[in-house]
Amino acid sequence: MTFDLYGFGPALAAGTLMTIKLALSALSLGLVLGLLGALAKTSPYKPLRWLGGSYSTLVRGVPELLWVFLIYFGTVGLMHAIGEMLGRPNLELSAFAAGTIALGICFGSYATEVFRGAILAIPKGHREAGLALGMSKARIFWRLILPQMWRIALPGLGNLFMILMKDTALVSVIGLEEIMRRSQIAVTSSKEPFLFYMVAAFIYLGLTILAMIGMYFLEKRASRGFIRSAA
Amino acid sequence: MNWEVIIKWLPRLTDGAILTLELVAFSVIAGLILALPIGIARASRHWYVRAIPFSYIFFFRGTPLLVQLFLVYYGAAQFDAVRQSPLWPYLRDPYWCAVLTMTMHTAAYIAEILRGAIQSVPPGEIEAARALGMSRAQSMLHIILPRAVRIGLPAYSNEVILMLKASALASTITLLELTGVARTMNARTYLPVEGFFTAGIYYLVITFVLINAFKLLERWLRVDACQGR
Repeated sequence: MTFDLYGFGPALAAGTLMTIKLALSALSLGLVLGLLGALAKTSPYKPLRWLGGSYSTLVRGVPELLWVFLIYFGTVGLMHAIGEMLGRPNLELSAFAAGTIALGICFGSYATEVFRGAILAIPKGHREAGLALGMSKARIFWRLILPQMWRIALPGLGNLFMILMKDTALVSVIGLEEIMRRSQIAVTSSKEPFLFYMVAAFIYLGLTILAMIGMYFLEKRASRGFIRSAA
Repeated sequence: MNWEVIIKWLPRLTDGAILTLELVAFSVIAGLILALPIGIARASRHWYVRAIPFSYIFFFRGTPLLVQLFLVYYGAAQFDAVRQSPLWPYLRDPYWCAVLTMTMHTAAYIAEILRGAIQSVPPGEIEAARALGMSRAQSMLHIILPRAVRIGLPAYSNEVILMLKASALASTITLLELTGVARTMNARTYLPVEGFFTAGIYYLVITFVLINAFKLLERWLRVDACQGR
């Protein structure tokens, strides 16, 4: 039977859930890394600027797939050493953790540029006003800069999130049971590659549409109080 | 870091890099040619002309390249009609599958770049061309497209870099390009860091060269001078 997907429907649904989980956890890691990267890149200290610059340049110049492999296979020795210290010699990175780290690093490098643009777009006067009111640097960032950055950075971050969601498919090559991996398993037993990869494609399309709708409402909320000028 | 192994594998990695460059060059040039009609149709004023390129672009931008690769490489073989067709020797070959998929994938993105560029050509220039008696086709060929190419070039160079990174996916359909060689190296020598690290350096160098080549091209086409409205 073609219609019930040979009984692989629930497996694909579980894979979809895994994809969403992976995308969200990589997103949280990436947002933190991106914010730190942007702060480093706009900092007055040269070593920090250099660090932020080389992070975003190096990571963006290397394919995501290579990062997935590097994190998954490349950390085996390191994890082994840490495990030995903690008395758990079999410590290793799960496919999910490796995928989260790899995709988070990649997302973070692009988000660095988006956040940096947002920081630079905030008028200098706002910072000076904060200083005049006697706010500390950390407080100015937390209370004045960050809330405004969010609105400016949101469209860019939305694009990056959609790219991230498609990149989760890459983690199937290290065996994480998300949509792609589940479809591959279904193909092996049903011998219907076109059907299952098409179903996978439409699940990704559906996720993209959901993300677009979500972004629309987030952007609407973030820019409340601002009149949209006709572009 | 085991340098001996790296040096031993360097020739094979270089072969992989050449294959990577081949794939990228093929797909971004063929993709540009394919994107021209799609992008022009996408910028049309009639909704029924816009609809087909819109759905094409939506499908190829909304699904991962990995899925598209598997659809072409594994999926197409499911149909007898494909296996009987004269194109089968090509569709059986992972190389041509990768080229075909990457071309269709990047064409969707380039078409979207082109649409943006066509729509940002100042309307006064198009009106001027029409007022001088140029036909629609003539003003497209002589005025709009040369202008749109310059507007879209920076975005196109980004797309080329993205395709360079996307070409790593060809390793999943057994092609031995840069990432593929690094994976083989990992499997043969059990030294994961060495292979992936060296491949990463290769990618960085290629990216660096490409970025500078496009800078030269932009200078040659005088992109800066055309940006002032």
